[in-house]
Amino acid sequence: MSTRLPPTPSPTQAILRTPLGRVRGLGSAKEGTDHFWKQRITGVANIMLVTAAICILVSLIGADYATVRKTLQKPAVAILLLMLVLAGMMHMRLGMQTVIEDYVHSEGSKVVLLMLNTFFTIGIGLTCVFAVFKLSFGA
Amino acid sequence: MVTLTLPRNSRVNRGKAWNQPVRAKGDWKEFQIYRWSPDDTENPRVDSYWVDKNDCGPMVLDALIKIKAEVDATLTFRRSCREGICGSCAMNIDGTNTLACLKSIDEVKGPIKIYPLPHMKVVKDLVPDMTNFYAQHQSVEPWLKTSTPTPPKEWKQSKPDREKLDGLYECILCACCSTSCPSYWWNQDRYLGPAVLLQAYRWVIDSRDEATGERLDNLEDPFRLYRCHTILNCAKACPKGLNPAKAIAELKKLMVERRV
Repeated sequence: MSTRLPPTPSPTQAILRTPLGRVRGLGSAKEGTDHFWKQRITGVANIMLVTAAICILVSLIGADYATVRKTLQKPAVAILLLMLVLAGMMHMRLGMQTVIEDYVHSEGSKVVLLMLNTFFTIGIGLTCVFAVFKLSFGA
Repeated sequence: MVTLTLPRNSRVNRGKAWNQPVRAKGDWKEFQIYRWSPDDTENPRVDSYWVDKNDCGPMVLDALIKIKAEVDATLTFRRSCREGICGSCAMNIDGTNTLACLKSIDEVKGPIKIYPLPHMKVVKDLVPDMTNFYAQHQSVEPWLKTSTPTPPKEWKQSKPDREKLDGLYECILCACCSTSCPSYWWNQDRYLGPAVLLQAYRWVIDSRDEATGERLDNLEDPFRLYRCHTILNCAKACPKGLNPAKAIAELKKLMVERRV
């Protein structure tokens, strides 16, 4: 669906528009609650998952590579780490999106940064998933 | 992007010392007041005025009125009721947004610094341009909306339902909260701000109103509502002791409640 956005108004046009017209703008996006709710869900999940991950890390202090691999080959440990990656990346992306929307006001830069935010998250996330898989299943 | 420094023509210069007392007689207090006039091309400046506390009322507004009457008639500020009910004299005093009529001179140690409400366009001196703020208030349609025909006497409301409006109806729209909110500083063209969201919640929670869903629809927006990050400057600034942050949190809870 293509949407034609009105051209950026000149200063005179901006002044001549009524204050209420300016405030109503393009109307309500009728979304935002999903973002808010997901941020809370992943936040709560991260409290539990990060605690568990710290316990795993502490139990592996001083362990050699073979021991670490043996631990990560346990399904429960691998799945827990994958869940941490998923919840952590979602939370990170939502948080960074908020920061970008707060502080970047030029529409062009904002769109580019929001895209980069998604690309960066997927890149880092899949790298982490690959690392866990390699340790769990790798030769 | 957010700008961290003021534009060149907005940088505040040191201004004039007006009636510096020559004799130590009296209990003198210094007021450092932001001045800017649209009628010339000068940068804003901070002028100093002195008021003898023995010859002045106890509040900052009393001193401002005295300065305007006796020292400098060009000093411009809004005031009306001088008892904390009209919200006209909202300004930044000693680093905090508050009402000049409710702020005691003795609360401040040293010189009293007075600036207009932060991050608002200045009309003159301590008078900010409230046009956008009032338009935002208008946009939440702060009146009873019903489809049921108006009853012959009144719209009835139970006592517990009426009590839900306590802590909301007292808002005097002085804008101390909104202009203390960093989210409102950065995004006031799209974020409604704590005062207007508190007003919106006041109508959402009113048991007599029949447009609750429509009101929530209009608020459900990443910018209009969700720019609030629970910074809580609003609750700290409110000179009436209200808690706009709680009202916003209640709005967010209702948004979640209607979908989960």
